[in-house]
Order: sequence, then C-alpha cells, then structure tokens
Amino acid sequence: MTLTDEQIARLAEHVENAELNKQPITKITDDHPDMDWEDAYAIQYAIRQRKLDRGTKLAGLKMGLTSFAKMKQMGVETPVFGFLTDYGTYADGAEIDTSAFIHPRIEGEVAVMMKTTLKGPDCDITKALTAIDFVMPAVEIIDSRYENFKFDLKSVVADNTSAAGFVTGSNMKKVEDLDLPTLGVVLEKNGEIVELGAGAAVLGHPAASAAMLANMLAARGEEIPAGTFIMTGGITAAVAVEKGDNINMRCQHLGSVSMRFI
Amino acid sequence: MDKEKIFSYGDSLYDCLRNRTTIDPITKQEADISIEDAYHISLRLLQRRLDDGEKIIGKKIGVTSKAVQNMLSVHQPDFGFLTDSMVCENDGEIAISSTMIQAKAEGEIAFILKHDLKGPGATNADVLRATECVMPCFEIVDSRITDWKIKIQDTIADNASCGMFVLGDSKVSPDKVDLVTCGMVHEKNGEVIATGAGAAALGSPVNCVAWLANTLGQFGIKLEAGEVILSGSLVPLHTVVPGDVMNLSVGGIGKAGVRFS
Repeated sequence: MTLTDEQIARLAEHVENAELNKQPITKITDDHPDMDWEDAYAIQYAIRQRKLDRGTKLAGLKMGLTSFAKMKQMGVETPVFGFLTDYGTYADGAEIDTSAFIHPRIEGEVAVMMKTTLKGPDCDITKALTAIDFVMPAVEIIDSRYENFKFDLKSVVADNTSAAGFVTGSNMKKVEDLDLPTLGVVLEKNGEIVELGAGAAVLGHPAASAAMLANMLAARGEEIPAGTFIMTGGITAAVAVEKGDNINMRCQHLGSVSMRFI
Repeated sequence: MDKEKIFSYGDSLYDCLRNRTTIDPITKQEADISIEDAYHISLRLLQRRLDDGEKIIGKKIGVTSKAVQNMLSVHQPDFGFLTDSMVCENDGEIAISSTMIQAKAEGEIAFILKHDLKGPGATNADVLRATECVMPCFEIVDSRITDWKIKIQDTIADNASCGMFVLGDSKVSPDKVDLVTCGMVHEKNGEVIATGAGAAALGSPVNCVAWLANTLGQFGIKLEAGEVILSGSLVPLHTVVPGDVMNLSVGGIGKAGVRFS
C-alpha cells in the first residue's frame, strides 16, 4: 500500500461520483503514479462499501481482462475482478436508458451460477466445474468513468473494472451439458454481426476464469460463496452502443439475449 | 481476354505450383481482367493438374469472413476446386518447406454432400437437403502470387489460393448442430490463438455453400453428391512454419489437427 486510508476514501468518493454524476474524470494514477494493486483494490472495495451503506445489493462478481491477447498487450499475467450491483441488472429484452451511462460499450460473455462455495488458493478448471451449477448467456455493459476509456490497469481496478450493468438471457444449461471452450457467441448490433467468438477466448476456458477469481479472492482471505453469479469475461471485443441501438447476442445451446438502448 | 493469354496465365500458375515459385499479381498486368477471365485461368490451371492424374473431389469458397477480407483487402468471396492431391489425413504432417510456398492455416466447417446441388436458385433449404454431414476442417491456403498481394481476380485465377486440407475426426448431421452459433477454437502449439463461430462465414456456413452453388451454377458447374465443400474460414488466416502443430475444435462437431515440417 502506498496510499493512506484518507486518500483511499477520497479517491473512492471521486471515482464513484464520476459514475453517479456521469462526469468522466482523468485516470487517478496521473496524480498517484506510485499506487499499487492493493491500493487499487482498496479503492474498489471502498466504493463497494459506499454503495452497500446506501442500500445497494451486490448482484455478483465479474472478471475483466480475461483474454490472453489483452493481457499480453497490457503486460500482466492475471486478469482483474470487480463487483456487479442490483441497479445494473437488466432483463432479457430490456429497454436500457442510455443516459444512465457515460460512453457505454457491450461485450458478449457467458455467466455462471455457483452451486457450492469455491475457495482458493489452488483452484483449477476441474474444481471450478464441480462448483458451478449452471451457465447462462449474458451481455455485459461496461462504462469507464475515465475520459475516452483512457486508463491503466490500476485505475481501472479502482473503477470497478468499468462495470456498469449486465443483461442475462432466459435460458440456462447445466455446466456438465456444455463444452464451454467451443461454445460460440455471435453479437449483432442493429441486425449486423459485429463480433463473435467462442468460450476459449476467456482464459482458454470460462471455468478457468471462475477458478482464477477464487484464487485472487483467497489472497484477500475471501471466497466465492454458493449462489454467486459470475460474469466470466468478454468472449467478444467491446462494442460501443448509443441511443437507438438494438442488440442481440446468440449463444450456442443457450438461445439469445437482447436489449434496446433508448 | 483471349484464349492464348488465359492459357499462358494458367500455365504460369501451374508452373508456380509445381516449382514453388510465385508471380506478380495478374491484375498488375491485366487491369481489366474480369472474374470470368480469372475463372477461365483457374480452369486451365485445373486442367493441367487433371492431366497429371489428379481428380476433382470437391469445391471451396474462401474469403468469406470480415477478418480474412480485411487481412487480404479482398471484399468478396472466391471459389475453387479441390483435388485428391490436396488431402492430408487428420493429425497428419504437411511438409510445407518442400511442398508449399507461403502457407497459412484456416479453420473451417466442411460439408459432405449426398445429393447434387446446382444453382442458380439454390437456397439454404437445398443446401441442407443435399448435405450428408458436416466435419471440422483445416484448410492450408497458399498463394502463387508474390507476398499474397492478391485482388479477387488473382485469387480466383489461382484456384482460390487453395493448398491442402485436413478433415477432422468426426462427422455430424446438419440437424444436430447450430451452424451459426457453433464456436471454433484455433490453437497453435497448445495455445489458443483465435476463436470464432459459424456466423463468421457470410453469417452462416450454409449461406456460403448456397453462394458457391449459385456462383458455380452460372458457369454450369454443380456441387456433386459425395463431394467435400469447404465453406470458408471462421478465424483469421494464420501463417504457419515448420514445427508448428495446429489444432482446432468446433462446438458440437469435433476436432482436427495437423503438423507442419
């Protein structure tokens, strides 16, 4: 840690206000270049506590930076994680108020629901698969609180990994009935295919993402409780959306997820 | 383009194929070359191969995905013929250093036909009716044009840049798989290098086979029962070098593998 408790509280308020007021800010590492990972997560957890104190409920956890290509590009060996809130959840087919965001983007993902607690360290794909109950198709809405999505890793961790919301589909399948690495998703915007990919884009296997989350939480003395909903990370690249856009994601074996930005 | 020129270009491409050499893009010398001219050059190249004893066993469509179109700056599909000399067994070895020029690997879904399919007017329903099964497939494309500097006419003349292909370990009836959303994982030396899904190829591999039947139909060519039809890559082209081991898996269809020496 390089920051004092007071600095962390102040930065948490600063970053959260950017979200609440939809006013983007410059990346916080500009003023705190020596910030470390612990500082970054401390700010994220302080933002989380501010929301809980206000009555917000957690809707789950999310992984970010889960593609090998992106990690290599950013020079890191592990992904990052954040939390999901109740006010960021949208139903399949929802009309989503675009003015609730600064500059929203969407990513196609698969989400998992945990049947049992998953506790690191040393979690692997096998342990994660045993703990996962079912799988759903989901679209994540990300919205960096930093101007023009310009950030570094520590700034984005502090900003809850740009988490802004998510839409889940209406179908689920037991994890044992799916081959997650080859599960394909096709993302369409206004009827045009804009991105596609398969589950292996997420750390080689979306269950590896849940395992890695458990291991990262274990380092903080935490675990993934049974009943936790997890967005495992983007299979597709992020796609910018604006008012009027109609989004549909088709997922092999899992149907589709759709939404309209109004 | 007159017949003499068509033969001359077809013979040049044939010589490149056999001698592992390349020529400048034909479009560089023949700015006005039409798709039909290019197709006739490809027929001359094909005839030379058939004269050597090769047999036609299928057809291909290529340059069907946005990723590949952008890489090659070619924005429409090409088409060509498959011969028995292009087959490599699953998990087999291709000696690219002695048989190919500038090889690149693509991951595809192959259709095996049980009925003839002839356009124009072939629909997705006709394609599905004519399909016996689909299989996971590698296509190792190669270009007889220097540095892959191809325009659509160059690649059509060069038999759609076809090289070799590898059919995988399983076949699935088309009513057992969603060909639009099935995912593809492309691995090199054990690492995931790309993922994709069926929709990458013109929205659906079924669209691709219909397009091929309709396009070849204009030239009086049909897709025939028993033929292998390559429907276009679902992932970006990937340059391969001797020593590389490539694997692919397609959700609900199966796997294929190939190594290069």
